[in-house]
Amino acid sequence: MEPVRVISGTAVPLRASDVDTDQIIPSDWLKKVERTGFGDGLFESWRESSDFVLNQGRYDGASILVAGANFGTGSSREHAVWALMDYGFRAVVSVRFADIFRNNAGKNGLVAVEVDAATADALLDAVEADPSLEVVVDVEGRRISAPAADIDAAFSLDDSVQYRLLNGLDDIGLTLAHAGTIETFEARRPEWLPRTNS
Amino acid sequence: MGKTLAEKIWDAHVVHHEEGEPDLLYVDLHLIHEVTSPQAFDGLRLSGRGVRRPDLTLATMDHNVPTTDIDRPIADPVSARQVDVLAQNCSEFDIPLYPMGDANQGIVHVIGPQLGLTQPGLTIVCGDSHTSTHGAFGALAFGIGTSEIEHVLATQTLPQRRPAMMAVTVEGDLPAGVTAKDVILGIIARIGTGGGVGSIVEYRGSTIRSLSMEGRMTVCNMSIEAGAKAGLIAPDDTTFAWLEGRPRAPQGSDWDRAVEAWRSLPSDPDATFDKEVVIDASALAPYVSWGTNPAQTVSIDDVVPDPASFDDAAQQEAAARALRYMGLTAGTSIRDIAVDTVFIGSCTNGRLEDLRAAAGVVRGRRVKDGMRALVVPGSMLVKAEAEAEGLDEVFTAAGFEWRSAGCSMCLGMNPDILTPGERCASTSNRNFEGRQGKGGRTHLVSPEVAAATAIAGRFRTPSDLDTPVSSGGAG
Repeated sequence: MEPVRVISGTAVPLRASDVDTDQIIPSDWLKKVERTGFGDGLFESWRESSDFVLNQGRYDGASILVAGANFGTGSSREHAVWALMDYGFRAVVSVRFADIFRNNAGKNGLVAVEVDAATADALLDAVEADPSLEVVVDVEGRRISAPAADIDAAFSLDDSVQYRLLNGLDDIGLTLAHAGTIETFEARRPEWLPRTNS
Repeated sequence: MGKTLAEKIWDAHVVHHEEGEPDLLYVDLHLIHEVTSPQAFDGLRLSGRGVRRPDLTLATMDHNVPTTDIDRPIADPVSARQVDVLAQNCSEFDIPLYPMGDANQGIVHVIGPQLGLTQPGLTIVCGDSHTSTHGAFGALAFGIGTSEIEHVLATQTLPQRRPAMMAVTVEGDLPAGVTAKDVILGIIARIGTGGGVGSIVEYRGSTIRSLSMEGRMTVCNMSIEAGAKAGLIAPDDTTFAWLEGRPRAPQGSDWDRAVEAWRSLPSDPDATFDKEVVIDASALAPYVSWGTNPAQTVSIDDVVPDPASFDDAAQQEAAARALRYMGLTAGTSIRDIAVDTVFIGSCTNGRLEDLRAAAGVVRGRRVKDGMRALVVPGSMLVKAEAEAEGLDEVFTAAGFEWRSAGCSMCLGMNPDILTPGERCASTSNRNFEGRQGKGGRTHLVSPEVAAATAIAGRFRTPSDLDTPVSSGGAG
């Protein structure tokens, strides 16, 4: 994973709550065995409607998605994060993220920016009013701002996720540093615990 | 201070703890399937890593598999490739696999319990959000993403922040006709799709204790639909009786040792929860979802709600959008809605008890002319057990299709899908737009309501079939 420090760019307003991962990437796309090429499937059904926000040319090239509350609910599919990133998004803003989606985002370097309701509403209004508005997500300072719209607010981000984002760290490598502790733990497990191969 | 059930399991699995960092948790059982694992195995190969504990890992094929003609190759080449890749990965890394056609194949959350692998006190993960199902046994079980699958394959551990502890207590006797499915739909309707975010939910109270293991699995299964990290229920004699004698359950003196350990798991009397919701069972009813998220549900006695009746603008907007997608008008009686298709199955309601309940409703009756009605057992073992009781004949005599095991019409990844506009009464867990096939309209119900609806062609409870219903046309 590449380090992520600051994301700045324009944003897309997605005024919908409870955006589930089936909408973000429909199940038909989950048959692929690769990690790449999911951008074309992003919001596939909604994109069939010409007035869907991603079909509006004025939002082309945006790197930040501003959505309603409860983003990424439902299925655990990491493909949802791969699709958002493959399309070009580097951060998603919402009042609340589903737990598995937020975990998946952190593992891939997509910043899940959790803000309060007032900030989310202000951002939605501002990017709807001005699609060229510059939005800045500062991972180190945990702040999101849009100076031209007079928005500057803190967002919450888990300390360890922030550390991994800033340093582009591989979680597995970090865990394997504890290989000895894992072995000690395994030696203490009761004998009667189930095995799948016996 | 006492500990909750989830805290006891959590604490017993911490391999490494460091202030400010997530705990490194040991994983007792890792279940995998064909959809979310291929990129994880690729990651292992790219970094030259192996699978640490193939003997704690089990694979099956469920999402892509067709439920007819399973002795023939999968027709869709993309699906066929995905199941082939799983077989190759399992062979390369020595992971036990129950492939399509195997007597033990089935939905991953149905086969773990039936094999006796799902046991109290375990940590269980799977790249599937309905992993919470296994919490019915007093296990800490939750869904993970593909990067986390790779992490567990390589290390048999997972770094996790300790979630909040939430109690959902349901007390009292369930009214007639109200099932475990209605209990969980009622809970989600009350706490919302985000009500459990960041929390492990322990379901407690006399109503929960009186449920069978199958009922408890139905409740825990849909914890994720309330946004919860996991859902679990304290193990008790009902749990132990269900497990005893299953192939992978402890045997002989090991069994006694295990039961002794399991009896210490329930939450201590002085344990505290960060949040508690109490629900009176007598207020629950048979529910039917009307919208496109699992909290958009009303009693079958009710009407499709008016978007204006919701408190905040976001909910009003969501309701209006849902009604458009579902092709419904506010004020319509639920019993007046005509249904095209009935699906009985899934990891929510595809177990033997669910099939028995549905068969009890349709025995001696006929599916309404022109309707499509499917019964899909959750596993090949459930299928065999149901056939040994003659349930297959009850269903086929009534006009249902009797299928082989798989996720089937729950999620639109295999040939069992809805066509645009097709309206389905489904015992599955998600009514999202397009979930059962593009443009399909899903209404979540219990197996009993699904069965009665297949007979009447409109939403009905089993008792409605015995007494004429005034509202609605053909009934």
